[in-house]
Amino acid sequence: MSDIQIDMDGLLDTFFEEAEEHLAAFENGLLELEDNPGNRDVVARIFRAAHSIKGASGTFGLTDVTRFTHALETVLDRVRSGDLAYSRELAQVFLPSVDVLRALMRAAREGSAAPAEAASIRVELEKFFVGSASAAPHADAKAAAPVSASREVRVHFVPKLEFMSRGMDPLAMVRDLADVGEIVSREIDASKVPELSCLDPEQMHLSFWIGLKTEKTDKEIAEVFAFVDDLCTFEIVAKVEAAPVVVKEAAPEVHEHAPAEKTAAAAADHGGGAKAAAPAATIRVSTDKVDKLLDLVSEIVIAQAMIVDASRASGQDAETRLNEALGSLDRHTRELQERVMSIRMVPLASVFGRLPRMVRDLAATVGKKVRLVVEGETTEIDKSMVEQLSDPLTHLVRNAVDHGLEFPEDRIKKGKPEEGVVRIRAFHQGGNVIIEVSDDGKGLDTAVIRAKAERLGIVTPDAVLTNDQIHDFIFSAGFSTAAKVTDVSGRGVGMDVVKRNVEALKGSLSLSTELGTGTAMRLRLPLTLAIVDGLAVRVGAQTFVVPLLSVLESFRPGPSQVRGVLGSGEVIDMRGTSVPIVRLHELMNEPNAERDPSRALLCIVEANGQSLALLVDDVIGQAQFVVKSLEVNYRKVPSLMGATILGDGRVAMIVDVQSLARHTGRGADASFSASEAA
Amino acid sequence: MNTAHAINTKTNEHGQYLSFALGTDEYAIKILRVQEILSICPITALPQTPPHVRGVMNLRGAVVPVIDMRGALGLATEPYGKFTVIIVLSVRGRTVGFVVDSVSDVLSFEEGAIERSPDLGGRVDASLVSGIARTQDRFVVLLDTDRVVGADVPGLAA
Amino acid sequence: MSKLVLVVDDSLVIRKMVCQTLVKLGFETCEAADGMAGLEAAKGKELALVITDYNMPRMNGLEFIKELRTVDGHKFTPVVFLTTEMEETLRNEARAAGATAWVVKPFQPEKIISVVQKIAA
Repeated sequence: MSDIQIDMDGLLDTFFEEAEEHLAAFENGLLELEDNPGNRDVVARIFRAAHSIKGASGTFGLTDVTRFTHALETVLDRVRSGDLAYSRELAQVFLPSVDVLRALMRAAREGSAAPAEAASIRVELEKFFVGSASAAPHADAKAAAPVSASREVRVHFVPKLEFMSRGMDPLAMVRDLADVGEIVSREIDASKVPELSCLDPEQMHLSFWIGLKTEKTDKEIAEVFAFVDDLCTFEIVAKVEAAPVVVKEAAPEVHEHAPAEKTAAAAADHGGGAKAAAPAATIRVSTDKVDKLLDLVSEIVIAQAMIVDASRASGQDAETRLNEALGSLDRHTRELQERVMSIRMVPLASVFGRLPRMVRDLAATVGKKVRLVVEGETTEIDKSMVEQLSDPLTHLVRNAVDHGLEFPEDRIKKGKPEEGVVRIRAFHQGGNVIIEVSDDGKGLDTAVIRAKAERLGIVTPDAVLTNDQIHDFIFSAGFSTAAKVTDVSGRGVGMDVVKRNVEALKGSLSLSTELGTGTAMRLRLPLTLAIVDGLAVRVGAQTFVVPLLSVLESFRPGPSQVRGVLGSGEVIDMRGTSVPIVRLHELMNEPNAERDPSRALLCIVEANGQSLALLVDDVIGQAQFVVKSLEVNYRKVPSLMGATILGDGRVAMIVDVQSLARHTGRGADASFSASEAA
Repeated sequence: MNTAHAINTKTNEHGQYLSFALGTDEYAIKILRVQEILSICPITALPQTPPHVRGVMNLRGAVVPVIDMRGALGLATEPYGKFTVIIVLSVRGRTVGFVVDSVSDVLSFEEGAIERSPDLGGRVDASLVSGIARTQDRFVVLLDTDRVVGADVPGLAA
Repeated sequence: MSKLVLVVDDSLVIRKMVCQTLVKLGFETCEAADGMAGLEAAKGKELALVITDYNMPRMNGLEFIKELRTVDGHKFTPVVFLTTEMEETLRNEARAAGATAWVVKPFQPEKIISVVQKIAA
């Protein structure tokens, strides 16, 4: 029976991954409980998290983890059932438990010893158990092995009418009896079976007499009926008065525990074995993405078949067919490449995950009141960037809390709410991910920065500088204007290091600030892959893509709706406002476009609160387009967000609505300044 | 779909040049930088760019800029002909295509045959030229590829 | 023709372990991560056995078993209920809901093997 080997080692990686997720849920739940101790949903959630870790870890014999999570679970069960309130006291024990649990899992993974705190925290947790007895999972003593010689018994098995209602096959009982001994006789009592006409096939009318030659005890024979002891009656009748049978009554029914102890002991050796090597990096992928990949692979197989087919064709359209087939293959393989790349995209939530806890701890340490708001955590970036982003982001947030926000008393004096807000906002823009870390604190004092820069010799007193240029000095080495806050491991941190880290990711860091109001740091990171939902429009012979997010509506204007405004081009009057018109054909130098708006279409777009009307010949349709950055091989082109490759292989430009909006109204000549092109 | 002619990179590339013609003049660039040669294919124009930057093309899924070599060197442009091709260069991780009238040959020059800092009489931007080589009966202008590309693509100027 | 077993548990690692064990025993398996998905998966299929956890989001194991018994074709499908010692009192509820047998967590593959051989041979 046990010659079946399951590769438990291979499953360990999955266990650790899953456990990490549960742990994160546990931690976040605890933080939520801080603000909202009565929330029963949250309690249920963290109970489930601890419970899941416990269950799975037990399977792998990671006893340290199991024991610890068992303690957590026991206390949480009391909180869940209302027996125990989630008090300040309890929180003091639970929060460190998260770190302990993490350390325990790390120890399990590496095969090193459990951290010392594990035992002491567990003792703290046990203080919250009911009574003093800890309900730790202990295998009860195995039922003492009875001494009995072989004997013969008769088992009278009488199922109740509703025996089969739970899916148990009555013959399974007979089969199991054959496992505990040798069946020497069988009798079926069919006397209770009613007439066929009133027979309910779902009811059990048969009963059995099974003669069994066995060395097992009555108790062991009775175990056969363990699952159905409420659905039948059974008697074990000794057939012959055989040699004295000594059956020790063991501890209360621990049928399921006994095997567990044996296997737990065996597993403990297995679990204790060194797991020194770092686990292979893995990615969890949604089945949706995988399904789409499989679809693509099928398409490629078809395209390949088409090519083989076309290559055999002859005659006039042989070449056309071959070209079509090759084109199809080209498209699909390209899409395959892009989709596989998109598998590497993970939501920023994984980077933001640790921030709430860190902010809470830091705020407490420095004595400030802080609320962290996170927006856009579903924004995706390449997995490889996640590791490197964590540090700079953490430093920016710490800076905001430590240097940006004022102390509660000072905030009140300024008429601000006592609680400062640090806001993290992430979104896609063009071919980039933007992460903004802003605070509503005291802002940067330009004069102070300037003075310090002069003192440090970075700039001469007579140099003429814009405020932005002065603010950039804070990224100079050694600049920090306040005592550095040491991070968890005790290192000091400077903004220059942050900027360097960001630039190593091929990104950029900029800031805007207002004295007294707050500061915003802007991280711009390139995307390896961006997909934009777009509206394809035709201008002359060219196709352009307008990001759908910006599009409000499209329509053909009446001739009287369009009018020229002296000095600033044309506008369209709609619903009481005049919206400036952008002639895309002029911007893009397309000579064959429709110039008469009343014979073309106006595509109304919006960016930064401003509306524009783009003049296009026609709207082709909506689709998803992969954004190819022009900066990879060329450079950023003003008014364009990037390029995309259409289904027929042509390159089409994706319009940057924001850039257009910024430059409309500055004169009919929509020329772009050098800084725009940088 | 483009027909591509791959460059044979097996032989010793150092000192080997790919020569091409612009009108009656012959130019050459180091073979090391040459990725492939393509026949003329659809180019999508880019707005707000100098006229010799023709636009971009789709090179197996990558968006690659296409520049008129004539314009890049400051020469007058000519309409494309039967032999007009695009030389695709790979410089510092960037892929850029240059349109030339036709491609001639792969040539090897010994250091002694190359005259550095020649007098070009102002026809071509001297900063883009790395020397002039003499072969048999004609002169070949050797171009500094990095500088030629760097003139239009930022961050590459040596 | 291989017999099909449905494994319902929100833990991926438990599902994997149980399925691997079942496959070695010669069964075919299908999975679901909670009770509702389990019901969807069970519909229209002929199942030799269902193995379900208790503590799952959306719909827990007990509710799942109760509902399952009302689904066409699954009135008598054997169901194994996974429970922990925390949930001893649940076993009676499980019986009432229609569970055929139960296995206590943490368990080793051997436990699955013995239960499966008992009720789905």
